[in-house]
Amino acid sequence: MEQSWRQAKNAFAALGVPPVAWLIFFFMIPLAVVWAYSFGTNAGPTEIDLTGTFANYGRSLQPLYFDIFVKSSIVAGLTTLLCLIVGFPVALAIAFAGPRTKTWLLLLIMLPFWTNLLIRTYALIAVLREQGYVNFTAEWFWNNASGLMTAVGLQPLGDFHPMTLLYNNAAVVIGLVYVHLPFMVLPLYAALDRMDRSLMEASLDLGAGHLRTIWSVVVPLAAPGIASGVLITFIPALGAYLTPDLLGGTDSQMIANVIERQFKRANDWPFGAALSFLLMYLTFIAIAIQAVVQRRGAKVGAA
Amino acid sequence: MSIAEPVATIERAPPKREKPGPLEYLRRWPLQAIVGATLIFLYAPLITLMAFSFNTSRRNIVWEGFTLDWYGRAMNDDSLVQAFVNSLTIALICTIVSVILGAMSAVLLWRFRFPGKTALEGSLALPIVVPEICMGVAMLVFFARIFPWPTGMPWPLNLGAITIAHISFSFPFVTTVVRARLASFNRELEEAAKDLGADEWRTFWDVLVPHMMPGLVSGALLAFTLSLDDFVITFFTAGPDTITFPVKVYSMLRFSVTPEVNAASTILIVVTVLFTALGLQLQSQAEKQKPKP
Amino acid sequence: MTETSNPNLRPTPHLKDNAIIRFEGITKRFGKVAAVDNVNLDIREGEFFALLGPSGCGKTTLLRMLAGFETPTEGRILIDGKDVAQLPPNKRPVNMVFQSYAVFPHMSVTDNVGYGLKMDNVPAGEIAKRVTEALELVKLGGLGDRKPDQLSGGQRQRVALARALVKRPRVLLLDEPLSALDAKLRDQMRGELTSLQEKVGITFIMVTHDQDEALAIATRCAVMERGRLAQVATPSDLYEFPNSRFVADFVGSVNMFEGTLEEDKPSEAIVRVPELGAPVYLDHGVTGAKGSTVWVALRPEKIEMHKRNGDATPMKMEDAPAGANVVPGIIRDIVYLGSETNYEVEIEGGRRVKTFRSNLTRYDQEDFTWDEPVWLAWHACSPAVLLS
Repeated sequence: MEQSWRQAKNAFAALGVPPVAWLIFFFMIPLAVVWAYSFGTNAGPTEIDLTGTFANYGRSLQPLYFDIFVKSSIVAGLTTLLCLIVGFPVALAIAFAGPRTKTWLLLLIMLPFWTNLLIRTYALIAVLREQGYVNFTAEWFWNNASGLMTAVGLQPLGDFHPMTLLYNNAAVVIGLVYVHLPFMVLPLYAALDRMDRSLMEASLDLGAGHLRTIWSVVVPLAAPGIASGVLITFIPALGAYLTPDLLGGTDSQMIANVIERQFKRANDWPFGAALSFLLMYLTFIAIAIQAVVQRRGAKVGAA
Repeated sequence: MSIAEPVATIERAPPKREKPGPLEYLRRWPLQAIVGATLIFLYAPLITLMAFSFNTSRRNIVWEGFTLDWYGRAMNDDSLVQAFVNSLTIALICTIVSVILGAMSAVLLWRFRFPGKTALEGSLALPIVVPEICMGVAMLVFFARIFPWPTGMPWPLNLGAITIAHISFSFPFVTTVVRARLASFNRELEEAAKDLGADEWRTFWDVLVPHMMPGLVSGALLAFTLSLDDFVITFFTAGPDTITFPVKVYSMLRFSVTPEVNAASTILIVVTVLFTALGLQLQSQAEKQKPKP
Repeated sequence: MTETSNPNLRPTPHLKDNAIIRFEGITKRFGKVAAVDNVNLDIREGEFFALLGPSGCGKTTLLRMLAGFETPTEGRILIDGKDVAQLPPNKRPVNMVFQSYAVFPHMSVTDNVGYGLKMDNVPAGEIAKRVTEALELVKLGGLGDRKPDQLSGGQRQRVALARALVKRPRVLLLDEPLSALDAKLRDQMRGELTSLQEKVGITFIMVTHDQDEALAIATRCAVMERGRLAQVATPSDLYEFPNSRFVADFVGSVNMFEGTLEEDKPSEAIVRVPELGAPVYLDHGVTGAKGSTVWVALRPEKIEMHKRNGDATPMKMEDAPAGANVVPGIIRDIVYLGSETNYEVEIEGGRRVKTFRSNLTRYDQEDFTWDEPVWLAWHACSPAVLLS
């Protein structure tokens, strides 16, 4: 049973003051300052006037920047969708596996998550670039197929043109999926594992096929887990910096890259602050949506 | 049927492998293929990266020979070594402080009812939820304008800004982990200790902390890996003389891609995986120690 | 003392006269609800006292107030004559065995048992000696190095007992000590608890909702209902001389009949009970106004069953006038329990009366069968008349 803070004021203060003070001083205040700056204007190389202007926010609505917001959302959305499409069957397979296989598979899926993001992204470069593995393997297949065709008497295939898989939007999406797939699998797995199997068995018993059962029974029941997974994939993908930076081309900039530029090169801190906060608002909206889905899903599940 | 009639012998077919049940998806080939392909997709790039750190060729595609040269070069690269030492130091300090702050906030939330509790819970969730770039920006602004970290301080104090930033985003994770562990605490244990004569402080140390220990350990390992691996936030708070390992690897990537980068990356992978494996092992050990009914 | 001054009650035997624990006007309110309502109770030294009642009656709250984990809203608690309101739990001369045993999972048995002594700064040598003694006392000698997760539930309870007793408290509190044990273990522990208390000689106070447990173990019980004391008496007095319908119904099973007090003389009384169709004759007086409503409580084992072979002449009991204490009925339900059989007998008017019969010979259960007509009869000293 919890006790009221009044019953042990000393203990309460001893436990509460350091973490709360830290949170306020080293988290809330910095964020508050950035928020304040988003309403300011540059008044010199190191001075910012807090003029209370909305110009920075206005600027972010200009086509140039608005497009980047839209594109980032699309990229993040596509990433989330792909992660869902690949992640759902994987989570399903793990949830219904035997206990030992389950633990091992989960471990295997989560292991890449623990390795450094930078390294994972770098590893992809070696795979995707024009002298990378995909092209290497594709070239091998191409040449062998060409050889086969000449042997059979057909025209050989033309020269192999390596696919440009790097430094474009496709690469960024592949990279983001690569990085975030484990994030999606875990909450999906948790939801599927907790689900009542007998509901599926009932559906199969009544004549529905597997795909139908999954669509009509499993998905609605696992909806809160799906919502969780979507959230923890979409938000980091939206705010991704490294992946578009390393894998993307000049036109694959995402929000985070623009923000970084404002602070590190363009020295336009107020604008960068505004962009940062717009990203935060988008994040909070996504969380709110997920909370609503979660609550509705809980009502359905409890029935 | 009379007793005298011979009983027919039943031929037993050799036992076949059971057909998979309707829900045993993993035993059917479509899902086996999907899971297999996913695992290959996830691991192939990493494995090749690690493999090619031993390659004699500079180019990363064709295997030419086994060598440890790149590792040698990595370890002789002063700035890389310094970056690694920095990362470890920051991670260590961050872990210690995060565990302390995380444990305190977890016990506070678990034990007390107070006005503003929901607000505190929400605030503690913020660092976990806020996009890294926003936090990085906030830290940059803070340390540039509000709380300038004195420059020219001796090592390790010059790592202060980065360390503070890391602690700020790590300790809420520790809070979450420890709180989850505290939820399973039998409050009668606390009462028993008091009944036997222990005061608040002794009760805390003798009874509460041992129960929290698995959570503290998991939290510590979580904070350690989060700090060691962080790039974005560090990128914004680091200076030219306070580079961490991931930031250094990033600049190596930008300038020259040699297998030295592979070697450095492999080292980082191995260290992180080892620590996380250790954490999981300890956690499952603690969970096994549940009393029998 | 809150024993009602109903002459129906036998005076309780005294163990020792001094009250080691005194609750004076204790009330505990949570919001508007009074979990404990104006309890005045004395517990004497050397007793094995039971606080008995259904869940929510306030018995655990009362115990926790004694231990110091709850503060009374009103009233005083005195231990050895001293008001303990200012004392936190770690300073009271009282120790508790918790419902979940609360054995520290990360400490060995020895460390668990010695913990309280460590808190008292007892020197290490003496701690070791006393811990060994305590473990022998609860029959856990030699298990000192084990960890709690290597012990069974019953063993962990003994560790909790040893841990509390090693501090030599004035009073030992036990919160539902037998509820988590299986039936066989429960029987065993009942005997062990009583012999332990006799050996150690200190006052034990136990909280339980199981009336069998209370009756079997306690020297004196307090039955609580909705925060108040219903009755405080020895187990046999609670059972045979309950002071209210609640107590009569809570402790054991009972047939309760409503009636009117017709005659009331010092050595006899008659209650007219419409449901029975026959008057109830008692061989003692009942303090009550003539014509007032009273309740007659008849326990099943006190009702005899005699065969009724269709003759209209009713049976007569020697200790009652004709027509009293005898009722005709038909057996409607039989529950055979091996050593005894429970019968439900329907009397005129439809009421079902529970009776109970030991199977004294191996053929006793064949004596009566379904739908058999019987006479139900009881002695004049058997019913208890209740005024509330």
